Amino acid sequence: MPPLLQVENLHTSFHTRHGIVRAVHDVSFDLEKGETLGIVGESGSGKSVTCYSIMRLIPQPPGRIEKGRAMFGGVDLLSCSEEQLRKIRGKRISMIFQDPMTSLNPYLKVEDQLIEPLLIHEEISHAAAVKRGIEMLDAVGVPASAERIKQYPHQFSGGMRQRVMIAMALITKPDLLIADEPTTALDVTVQAQILDLIKKMQKELGMAVILISHDLGVVSGFCDRVNVMYAGRVVESGTMHDLFQRTKHPYTRALHKSRPVFQPKGTELYTIPGMPPDVSKQIVGCPFAPRCEFAVDYCTREPVLLKEVEPKHTTACLRVQKEGLKL
Amino acid sequence: MAEGITIQPESAPNAAQDQGASLWKDSWHRLKKNRMAVVGGIILILLFLACTVGLLLANLLGYSHESQNLILGSAAPSWQHWMGTDILGRDLFVRVLYGGRISLMVGICATAVSLIIGVLYGAVSGFLGGKVDSVMMRIVDIMYALPFTIFVILLMVVFGKKLILIFLAIGAVEWLTMARIVRGQVMSLKRQEFIEAAQALGLRKRRIILRHIIPNILGPVIVYATLTVPGVMLLESFISFLGLGVQAPATSWGVLIDEGAKAMEQFPWLLIFPAGALSLALFSLNFLGDGLRDALDVRASKD
Amino acid sequence: MFRFIARRLLEMIPVLFIISAATFFMVHAAPGGPFSREKKVSPEILKQLNAFYGLDKPLLQQYGNYIWKAVRHGDLGPSTKYANWSVNELIGASFPVSLELGCWALLVALILGLGAGIVASLRPNTASDYIPMSLAMAGICLPTFVLGPLLIGLFALGLHWYNALGWDFASDRVLPALTLGIFYAAYIARLTRGGMLEILNQDFIRTARAKGASPWRIVTKHALKGGLLPVVSFLGPAVAGLLTGSFVVETIFQVPGLGKFFVTSAFNRDYTMVMGTVIFYATLIISLNLVVDVVQVWLNPKLRFE
Repeated sequence: MPPLLQVENLHTSFHTRHGIVRAVHDVSFDLEKGETLGIVGESGSGKSVTCYSIMRLIPQPPGRIEKGRAMFGGVDLLSCSEEQLRKIRGKRISMIFQDPMTSLNPYLKVEDQLIEPLLIHEEISHAAAVKRGIEMLDAVGVPASAERIKQYPHQFSGGMRQRVMIAMALITKPDLLIADEPTTALDVTVQAQILDLIKKMQKELGMAVILISHDLGVVSGFCDRVNVMYAGRVVESGTMHDLFQRTKHPYTRALHKSRPVFQPKGTELYTIPGMPPDVSKQIVGCPFAPRCEFAVDYCTREPVLLKEVEPKHTTACLRVQKEGLKL
Repeated sequence: MAEGITIQPESAPNAAQDQGASLWKDSWHRLKKNRMAVVGGIILILLFLACTVGLLLANLLGYSHESQNLILGSAAPSWQHWMGTDILGRDLFVRVLYGGRISLMVGICATAVSLIIGVLYGAVSGFLGGKVDSVMMRIVDIMYALPFTIFVILLMVVFGKKLILIFLAIGAVEWLTMARIVRGQVMSLKRQEFIEAAQALGLRKRRIILRHIIPNILGPVIVYATLTVPGVMLLESFISFLGLGVQAPATSWGVLIDEGAKAMEQFPWLLIFPAGALSLALFSLNFLGDGLRDALDVRASKD
Repeated sequence: MFRFIARRLLEMIPVLFIISAATFFMVHAAPGGPFSREKKVSPEILKQLNAFYGLDKPLLQQYGNYIWKAVRHGDLGPSTKYANWSVNELIGASFPVSLELGCWALLVALILGLGAGIVASLRPNTASDYIPMSLAMAGICLPTFVLGPLLIGLFALGLHWYNALGWDFASDRVLPALTLGIFYAAYIARLTRGGMLEILNQDFIRTARAKGASPWRIVTKHALKGGLLPVVSFLGPAVAGLLTGSFVVETIFQVPGLGKFFVTSAFNRDYTMVMGTVIFYATLIISLNLVVDVVQVWLNPKLRFE
């Protein structure tokens, strides 16, 4: 049986005045039914663009999906018709976004927005849809749901809005939920609640989840598998345990080292030296090599490919692949 | 979430240094890429040169906007008279150039008047805020409710038909929107953190206004001024159409169009050429203004 | 909401007073009087005329009388130019014509303007943006007193589809309505495009796309409400301008509307008529702005709580 989602050789770039920004470069991954995949990386690493590309939600122009496939239920999301795609969006794949303040339409009542996926995708009466909407608000923990469904988004707090977004995304019981940094714009106290809610809904509905985050901590307790991205490429992929205990890429190791919890009190925080590369220029060799303490001369010359070095654990580090370098 | 480690988003290394300069440079780049705005700008320069240098040359060659040749009557365009002649046998091309000079002058001067009043009024209102602001804005609201044509006409009727009065009369009715825009900008700037930061640093008010407020409202003001000029020129032509504009033998595009419209059926060129000239100028100004707005509007630059 | 409207209506009163006073003293400051233009009238007759219209009294008293009659009876006085006509009768006779023409022109402006603006905003910087927007620019740059003769030349003198002048047949509405409406259509098109573009770039539009909404649904359900806000605020003064008639259009097409009085009354020093038109226009525009504010609150729920 094929995986739920199969992304192969995805390339996405933005054509700007300052040149072609290769935001996503040759990304491939599979996602099984009910699985939870984390995508981690710093700003500009291409983690969000990857997911927006799958949903074809990047602004075109200037964005352009150069090549690749994303097979979902026998359909290539990247090349199917706009109409076919619309039947999948919001019905079988739903998305929640970083900023619940701007992602809800301020001109429409919560009700209209919440039940919209039902009205679009299912043969359902308005009254029945509203009933499902209220149930859904209850399920995501919005109190006094029957009254609040009549209100406007600006009458909700940030955390409550994100709950509404989740209810809206899940109201059609999708097979896959893509969560793009769902907690970044929220208070720390609310962040954990929202993650718990996503986990709980995932258990109830049995859907797969892709969680995008720049925060290893968020991902660590949540995901079955994690892709670490750097400069538009996946540099390491494996289970959380693999990444933490059997790290196979110097970038992942550096991320680790910079976690404040692992550093003795009073010492200066570890930071990765240097800057991420400019992805509007062609990168030869390993993109992390200039900042890497293990880099040797061939790292900047030879082409880099993601290779499996342990079962289900892949890395893009040439030295690990060739010399079995221990990190 | 205590153990959350956050990967610091890193900013480009030199972003902080060249932001001030690159804001204008960026705008210039965007403007240059806007073909219609560039064409508009070039046409404006050509029109301006034609109405100044070109007019002088024509005068040197013996063409004048006044010299009549009654035998000619209304002659059709020819090699001798490129745009034909009007009823009194005056060369229309020279008259269009001369009228253009007046119309452009009215456009620029009246806009300058409206700019001075509007910017001062809006800046004072926005900067002082509170009661003063609400009173000043009520006054603007009241003036918005006045039928301007009546007031311009009354001003012209009361004080006579002098050119300088046209500047003042039009300037006096065109400053309202400018005042609103400037006030809005100042209000929102006042609340921005970098102004608060400047205040916290102990900068003097004068310095804050000069160094921080004015450069930031310059963009919208330039854009709106560019868009006011065509409005003013249109109003001038309307006043002239009513017979209240500049007096013969001086002329403006509005006057020429008015004369042309009356003789449209027999001598269509009398309408076509001045109307074409005015429309061309308005077209160019509007395209340039639009281009400037897109170029200077930092929010819109998402390319 | 009710209190808001009531407060705004109360605010209208002082505003109208200020406007009427300013106008009154301004027209009276103008050199000449209502009877100076007609054939030489003898001093005695002039004196009688002035006494008849109350023009011999001190200015302040004249203003007081005027306001008293206007407030008490809604009587805006007799016209000093058109004998035997009161200002109320003149406005009453010409306003319906302007109203009808204005409504047709508004229809033209809304259909052309909203249509062109929405089409242009859907694919910015492509041909379907440039073509309607260039036409809109042309509409703004062509003064009505150029457009009017052009339309007459083309459709009346050239194609003989319509009469060049007059206001007698239904078909006589077409050319004036187009002439008057096209400028507003052009303006509305530009405002619509700007407003729609701003909204279409918002995050919540992306949310709607992620839900599988069709482009039609995104425009009509998600974008129009916010995108039309700039148009709505423009419509207040625009409708006032359209309904009170246009001097130029009425002159060109010989339409017996209200617009011409805005100009001729000032020329004729028809004091009461100037006052009447100004007060009428001001009342109309203030009321329409109030309507606009109410509509904006209705469109934008955030404002409802402020």
